[in-house]
Amino acid sequence: MKLPIYLDYAATTPVDPRVAEKMMQYLTMDGDFGNPASRSHRFGWQAEEAIEVARSQIADLINADPREIVFTSGATESNNLAIKGAAQFYHKKGKHLITLRTEHKAVLDTMRALEREGFEVTYLDVEANGLLDLEKFKAALRPDTTVVSVMMVNNEIGVVQDVAAIGELCRANGTIFHVDSAQAAGKVDIDLQALKIDLMSFSAHKIYGPKGIGALYVRRKPRIRLEAQTHGGGHERGMRSGTLPTHQIVAMGEAFRIAKLEMAEENQRFATLRQRLWDGIKDIEQVFLNGDATHRVAGITNISFNYVEGESLIMALKDIAVSSGSACTSASLEPSYVLRALGLSDELAHSSIRFSIGRFTTEEQIDHTIKIVHEAIAKLREMSPLWDMYKDGIDLNTVAWVAH
Amino acid sequence: MAYSNKVIDHYENPRNVGAFAKDDPTVATGMVGAPACGDVMKLQIKVNEQGIIEDAKFKTYGCGSAIASSSLVTEWVKGKSLDEAAQIKNTDIAQELALPPVKIHCSILAEDAIKAAIADYKQRHGS
Repeated sequence: MKLPIYLDYAATTPVDPRVAEKMMQYLTMDGDFGNPASRSHRFGWQAEEAIEVARSQIADLINADPREIVFTSGATESNNLAIKGAAQFYHKKGKHLITLRTEHKAVLDTMRALEREGFEVTYLDVEANGLLDLEKFKAALRPDTTVVSVMMVNNEIGVVQDVAAIGELCRANGTIFHVDSAQAAGKVDIDLQALKIDLMSFSAHKIYGPKGIGALYVRRKPRIRLEAQTHGGGHERGMRSGTLPTHQIVAMGEAFRIAKLEMAEENQRFATLRQRLWDGIKDIEQVFLNGDATHRVAGITNISFNYVEGESLIMALKDIAVSSGSACTSASLEPSYVLRALGLSDELAHSSIRFSIGRFTTEEQIDHTIKIVHEAIAKLREMSPLWDMYKDGIDLNTVAWVAH
Repeated sequence: MAYSNKVIDHYENPRNVGAFAKDDPTVATGMVGAPACGDVMKLQIKVNEQGIIEDAKFKTYGCGSAIASSSLVTEWVKGKSLDEAAQIKNTDIAQELALPPVKIHCSILAEDAIKAAIADYKQRHGS
């Protein structure tokens, strides 16, 4: 077996070879390299045609109209464009926005930026299972609430929010509903004809496409308007200027096409692998599964290992590529704010690992992972003074620690 | 984050992991840090009649740098008098292990652990 084993598909996925193959046809002189905005020659027309095919493939996966797809550089830009664009365009209707504490930084930091522009933001807590309590959401909605942003699948713990119900409440309140679906596309069914969602962010590199490309779904009926954040040649109906990167867009289209074809079967396989992983780990003393046990995607499993520290655990798991929370925050020493929002103590949040499985994960890899996890936990607990105290029956909360 | 080879060596082959019997009068314990901060170090020293640290053991909950720092100090304090051990500076630890700036606190914690163990010994022996 090739080591290390990649179990960090929620951070990014490798490009599917079928996608890479397709992508390479749009780069060189022999390929369709033209500028899709060039109207005066074949090179441009062919590139434009390829982009429109990709736009349809993306719309197909989520049951939307291709004209509702705006290409961006990724989910971060889509989140920025959606939230800032809608909040700014509709600012005369109100200046109140709602989001969750467990959102991705691309949403939270965008909200912070809007606060500096004079908007008021409500950051709702989630329940201990990571899900939003709809009654609390209802209570937070106000007549001047213009935009709500809630992610469909949480990137750290994998729980799936009830965006259908949240959408109904938003629509009834005349509020625009944005959903970050970076972790959801290709993993859960998304039907934008049925869902009352107005804006939805996508990323290609989470579903076996390349990095640097994403999309924003912008509903046409009822029509949602956005203040552009990138100005220029008026591409993408003025919502996002900039020459469209044909090769990346074609690749994203291919990735979405494959996802639609293979999603159902893939999810079953992931569910089996996830169960195998959890069955192999759950009997270790003092381990906890984070996030709701049923409302979750099959690919993401977040586990807390009490009395071992997360970073040393990752070191001990050096043959397995996993993360302690989001890759975007792994440079900081702070425990995961998502796990803290679930009510986990700092130390449990520090001791948590996200295992995310994907298209190329095998049973053999899962079995090896289970073995390495057992060895690592045994080794680190042998070294852990907290484990000794736990075994001696000392309640760690009663110890007078010296914070540093 | 890339670790230095010395950190990896101490992490993978930690020296002197373990604990001494609590009721041994020649043993003193220093426990520093807090679980909420992500590291707790327990350093135990065994001191002979001449006031020399004969043996040391540690247990650490923390990152690789914290484990390496505590492993290193167990090696360093052995054979030293209490006063000599008290002279070990966090900067020496950080330098020896080539700790990056964000991990300097691990070396500070290790220095604190030595000081706490010495203080515990002095308190127990009334000097």
